[in-house]
Amino acid sequence: MNYQTGFFYLFAAVLLFAAFRVITARNPVHAVLYLMLSFTQAAALWLILKAEFLGITLVLVYLGAVMVLFLFVVMMLDIRFEGDRWSFWQNFPLALVIGALVAAEIAAVTWVGFPKIAGGEVAGAAEGVSNTKALGILLYTEYLYPIQVAAVILLVAMLTAIALTLRHRKDSKAINPGDQVRVRAADRLVVVPMAATTRPADPAPAAQEEGKAS
Amino acid sequence: MTLTLGHFLTVGAILFALSVIGIFLNRKNLIVLLMAIELMLLAVNMNFVAFSHYLGDMHGQVFVFFILTVAAAESAIGLAILVLLFRNRSSISAEELNTLKG
Repeated sequence: MNYQTGFFYLFAAVLLFAAFRVITARNPVHAVLYLMLSFTQAAALWLILKAEFLGITLVLVYLGAVMVLFLFVVMMLDIRFEGDRWSFWQNFPLALVIGALVAAEIAAVTWVGFPKIAGGEVAGAAEGVSNTKALGILLYTEYLYPIQVAAVILLVAMLTAIALTLRHRKDSKAINPGDQVRVRAADRLVVVPMAATTRPADPAPAAQEEGKAS
Repeated sequence: MTLTLGHFLTVGAILFALSVIGIFLNRKNLIVLLMAIELMLLAVNMNFVAFSHYLGDMHGQVFVFFILTVAAAESAIGLAILVLLFRNRSSISAEELNTLKG
């Protein structure tokens, strides 16, 4: 048992524990933090597999951007936790059975179908280049068109997210500077032609009343 | 005892099963559902990287790259929809979203 195996078991144990806590944590903020922990452990496992670029990308892109976005949204939403986790324990036996079934099936197929390949053949080592360089060569030659499509997908995602959450506030008093500069005197002051105001009532009857009194 | 392909595939399988359990358990909380989907994608990526390493084929890692791209797009749009949902209904419970049920 070499040190690589020891590190594998360490990272795998922490990864699975963190994944378990993600799905059982009561507080969504804790769930996001455990998700970040599990992503770091997965990145470490990928480093053991000598996929350095993907491991570093997972930490930079996923922990640096996507998980922070998750954390931001979770904290912004101000979710009230229902005191009862009734549906949790109601669904627990079924979930346990299905999860055990899925894990057992996949593990059985992979242990039987793929015999112990322990060669540790390093991808890209044949060309004598690093993992990052090998990945880059592949991405920008053979996968040039798919990477453009991926870029378009990211652009569409960005536009969609902005378009979905953008809203114009009705009560906002913000001024459009363009309109402000373009204004003319006629827009500021409008002279409205109006009919003359009606005369006050004739004062003659009041005078007669005064005459009677005197 | 050296590491074999089976070790990594088993980790991926358990991770996938855990996220399936998570989808069953957290049906009330839409945001934990999104997190479980992220964990599923991580399990799939783990299998891809393991195969890529042990079979000596770089194309698996390129595929992981694209999966990461799509997962980032998915989570961004999902969170945007979540924010919109919370703004309109002030709740993100998946069980209350039954307007289309009739």
